[in-house]
Amino acid sequence: MKHRFKLFLPVFILIIDLLIDYLLPNTQGFTKPKIYPILLSILIGIYVILSILSIMHNKIYERLLKLSPLLSAVFIIICVWDLVTSKYNLLPLPYFPGPEKVFGDLFSDWSLILISALYSLRLLFVGYIIGTFLGFVSGVLMGWNKKIYYWLNPLLKIIGPIPATAWIPLAMAMFPTSFMASVFIIALAVWFPVTVMTSSGIANVPQSYFEVAKTLGADEKYLVFNVAIPASLPTIFIGLFMGLGMSFLTLIVSEMLGVKAGLGWYINWAQGWAEYSKVYACLLIIAIIFSTLISILFKFRDKILSWQRGLIKW
Amino acid sequence: MVEVYKINDKLQGGAICVSGVSKTFESQVGSEVEALKDIDLDITPGEFLSIIGPSGCGKSTLLRLIAGLDRPDMGEITLDGEKIVEPHYERGLVFQDPTLFPWLNVYQNVESGLKMRKVNSRNDEVQDYIDLVGLRGFEKSYPHHLSGGMAQRAALARALVNHPKVLMLDEPLGALDAFTRIKMQDEIQRIWETRKTTMILVTHDVEEAVYLSDRIVVMSPRPGRIKDIISIDLKRPRNRSDEDFFRLKTEILEILNFIKND
Repeated sequence: MKHRFKLFLPVFILIIDLLIDYLLPNTQGFTKPKIYPILLSILIGIYVILSILSIMHNKIYERLLKLSPLLSAVFIIICVWDLVTSKYNLLPLPYFPGPEKVFGDLFSDWSLILISALYSLRLLFVGYIIGTFLGFVSGVLMGWNKKIYYWLNPLLKIIGPIPATAWIPLAMAMFPTSFMASVFIIALAVWFPVTVMTSSGIANVPQSYFEVAKTLGADEKYLVFNVAIPASLPTIFIGLFMGLGMSFLTLIVSEMLGVKAGLGWYINWAQGWAEYSKVYACLLIIAIIFSTLISILFKFRDKILSWQRGLIKW
Repeated sequence: MVEVYKINDKLQGGAICVSGVSKTFESQVGSEVEALKDIDLDITPGEFLSIIGPSGCGKSTLLRLIAGLDRPDMGEITLDGEKIVEPHYERGLVFQDPTLFPWLNVYQNVESGLKMRKVNSRNDEVQDYIDLVGLRGFEKSYPHHLSGGMAQRAALARALVNHPKVLMLDEPLGALDAFTRIKMQDEIQRIWETRKTTMILVTHDVEEAVYLSDRIVVMSPRPGRIKDIISIDLKRPRNRSDEDFFRLKTEILEILNFIKND
């Protein structure tokens, strides 16, 4: 009985949200069609379907039960947001639009947001791959070879700490297109943490692994590719995560400053027209895309480092 | 052309000759430590030799020199007449810490020995060695799921798969509990009898040395020297409660100054 209450709590809250939105008048003025109540109804529908499925599948039941307090809290926050903005107009416009306005803009402007997202993803992807590749190569070389470390380390120490975004004015002048300039800046931002983590990972591989491999007949190529690199993969992945975070930051900033497309540009453009609801809509999309990318990297790591299962948790 | 061996192939060679070897290290405080001084030692093919002595007597250093991981300051070491200058798969080494590659499972760890020599591994060959050390059924396990004894068995299989002429064991059972250690001693003896590899065992454990060895080298520290070499002529398998066994054990403890003679 207690569990059943917990399971259906999110639906009750969604229905309350819907009732409040229906019964109280809007004071902010809104567009048609009314997206927010439709969205709430869709959520109720999805949740009811999942609840019915959970009767048959124990796994869905347990996940739903685990998620329900969190979902309830989210739906309460949305309700409060609706009350303090659309219903009672407690926060100043245009900076704090209500859910109706934000979801409405998301719905009406979806094609532009989608195109912006695709532009951003293309830039992010190219920059991240190039930066990761170069960072990996320079990190392995530095971690393995003392001479290369001697010459590259000062460069890394001087260039690395400069925020990549500080290069934007120079990059815009040096590269023929703003796309290439942005790729350069993102790659630079990713290169630094990946290089540092890769080289320190390789330099910290226990000497005994190499000694054992040598007595088994390994040559230098084997030592690098089949001992040093796999042994330092856990550290290299920390660099990949740091690099991904840096790339998000750099992407949005460089799009706000120079590139004429992408989510960063969209935010800047919407802000220029004082359409803050579109800014919120875009932020929502950015949150979804970036957290998905991080989850993908986590999945990738879990697959590559499956041998670590039960050994390290982070 | 790389040779491919079968598990039951009898070995040729495996004679180690250490002549006039000295090795000095610089300690962390800057002073020089004579780890080994004027070591002469001949090991015959197929022999089981143990090296025993207190900490700092240079027994592990001697093993590293034979493995080719370090070079002697003076003198030279040969395997079948050829001077040792670098590590080679003909001289296998097993450490106290199994140092299995944690990113490879048991099968891949054993197979890695062959891969390093660029030999195309044959499935049955790797499996033979896994069976030899008694790890059948654990091929897919990763090292951190293995007990200390099992990990050390896997490390043994990995060293054996390359068919080394000499297998060096640097306190391989030091980290194991007493029961596992006795069991592993029998395993090592069984493998030695199957393969007739020359084995050099560094150990702290006098009983272990008497149980397994043809000869025991007793070393003394600062500088590391050979104090005595004792032949163990007991019939195998040896009985730990046997009178002669006990006498030899006592004799070695006396040489090591752990039992005082009045």
